[in-house]
Amino acid sequence: MTVSATVSAAPWLEQEEQQPLVQIRGVTKKYGEVTAVDNVDLDIYKGELFCLLGGSGCGKSTLLRMLAGFEDLNAGTITIDGVDMADVPAYERPTNMMFQSYALFPHMTVEKNVAFGLEQDHVPKFDIADRVHEILKLVELEDFKKRKPKQLSGGQRQRVALARALVKRPKLLLLDEPLAALDKKLRKQTQFELANIQDKVGVTFIVVTHDQEEAMTLSSRMAVMDAGRFKQIGTPTEIYEFPESRFVADFIGSANIFEGRVIEDGADHVRVETEFCEVFIDHGHSVKEGSKIWVALRPEKIRLDKADAATEGANQTSAVIDDVGYLGETSIYKVRLPNGEVFDVTMPNQSRPTHATTRLTWEDKVNISWDPSSAMLLHS
Amino acid sequence: MYGKRSRFLTIMLTLGLAFFYIPMILLVIYSFNYSKLVPVWGGWSLRWYKELFQSAEVWSAVSLSLQIAVVNATFATALGTLAGLAMVRFGRFKGRTLFGGMLVAPLVMPEVITGLSLLVFFISLNQLIGWPAERGFATITIAHITFSMAYVAVTIQARLTGVGQTLEEAAADLGAKPFKVLTAITIPQLTPALISGWLLAFTLSLDDLVIASFVTGPGANTLPILIFSRIRLGLRPDINALATIMILVIAICVAIAAIIMFRQQRADLLDRQMAEREES
Repeated sequence: MTVSATVSAAPWLEQEEQQPLVQIRGVTKKYGEVTAVDNVDLDIYKGELFCLLGGSGCGKSTLLRMLAGFEDLNAGTITIDGVDMADVPAYERPTNMMFQSYALFPHMTVEKNVAFGLEQDHVPKFDIADRVHEILKLVELEDFKKRKPKQLSGGQRQRVALARALVKRPKLLLLDEPLAALDKKLRKQTQFELANIQDKVGVTFIVVTHDQEEAMTLSSRMAVMDAGRFKQIGTPTEIYEFPESRFVADFIGSANIFEGRVIEDGADHVRVETEFCEVFIDHGHSVKEGSKIWVALRPEKIRLDKADAATEGANQTSAVIDDVGYLGETSIYKVRLPNGEVFDVTMPNQSRPTHATTRLTWEDKVNISWDPSSAMLLHS
Repeated sequence: MYGKRSRFLTIMLTLGLAFFYIPMILLVIYSFNYSKLVPVWGGWSLRWYKELFQSAEVWSAVSLSLQIAVVNATFATALGTLAGLAMVRFGRFKGRTLFGGMLVAPLVMPEVITGLSLLVFFISLNQLIGWPAERGFATITIAHITFSMAYVAVTIQARLTGVGQTLEEAAADLGAKPFKVLTAITIPQLTPALISGWLLAFTLSLDDLVIASFVTGPGANTLPILIFSRIRLGLRPDINALATIMILVIAICVAIAAIIMFRQQRADLLDRQMAEREES
């Protein structure tokens, strides 16, 4: 069952040996005047858990529905396992979908719901019973197989939907906001469960979600979508640590974004001049000297020290605390820079703030600084 | 102030209900009147019920009406469902707006016009192909199907729109071919609408006087036609008895429907409670 052992951990990096399972080429979908999906290309490899992340109306669900065969393409091709899907109807595609609303058949028991797909393929009866039992065991619902969907809780329904979509062992499983209907605590727990199940069955998953935390936790790779296009495709770490645009830097996590001008572009470093200090980055970027550029800094990568006098040098500046928000595990500080810009800085609350004197508070003069590896250059 | 308004509402409610039900109650009471003259009270009796059950004319009208109603309801439900499916599930086909308009036209068409046009149609058809040689069961049934189908189509359309397409997509995604999706998912989903559509068509047919009068022929009397023709000669106590039986039958049907609905709601509530209890 564990196919994952034979699948590379990073198949997208071995393009020589690996033939992509899904090839999306120049796919466009229009609804009247509105372009929902705009000429996108994407390769997804066997065994991946790929997330399509974006706000509502960005085209992620439309793309998923085109993969499932519910929507026609206006242009482009979708190839799954080497077969062009253009003339393949939904009921003949090697894909299964888990719907956001779960779409369980209300007039059938859990068992019947799960068996439905196998019956369509005329799998022998005893085989159906075995496979239904096996998959219900995987999602821990063997005791509920005689129940109707109405008699289940939200979390149980979600698992029935997953079992029903997995039981046919599709080449590709499409999941539309699989966790959106669960409450927050259950969602966090289920995120890991879903990733574990994917690992066990070795099926390629494509997950559509608007929740960036969900995408980060689940995915091997993800694509950030906006207005029908991919803004960036990469691993969660790549997307978080090396965003290419202001949209991505801001959409994934939070970022302090400010303008600067490149004053030196070395092979292994870049220097950027800004209104409040010089930013030194200890790795190369292909940027033109003298060009204007955007710089982003993650709130958690900025250090905050109490200091009355300003210190000189790169990657640091004096600031004043404007506001403090205590969030429990961390505190968020709004600090005002000399040029009036306000940065967010987050710091973990490692010790209990028992001594009021050691705590940073409103109107404190501070020095903010960051590592040479922390600042991120954005091209657009 | 508040007390006054509430008394006013109570009075209005009582008057309203009285307006609806006193005539019916009177009808029921007079059906047990021994006297041959309806407004003259001659003591309690089951005389007219006995006479009613002995009348071959009444029995044949009841039987004709029921036969027409059942055949009509069945055909109207089948055709109306197909029309509803075409409107909601087939996307934007050519002439969809026209089709939709023509589908609901019988709902707003005056019955007299519908009846007259159908009569003209049957007469011309008879001249052209020699059928229907005689008007009666077949012509009334066809006439009833043409207008009650529209009501069914509207009911089905509303239900189809209400339940959405997701379950059908899910079935197709799991490998079900279009016909299998229809039989395994769409039809079961439509069951409540199919039942109410069938019952609606059934009652519409049982009720209809105007259209049936136009397209009926000699000797083919439906129940409404019989009642109406007898009343024209003056109020008659045996018709009161017939009407009382009809009220009773309808009341029983409504009561059964209410009980089924109540049980369903209670079962739903219990299911939900069970699911919630297990979750916590």
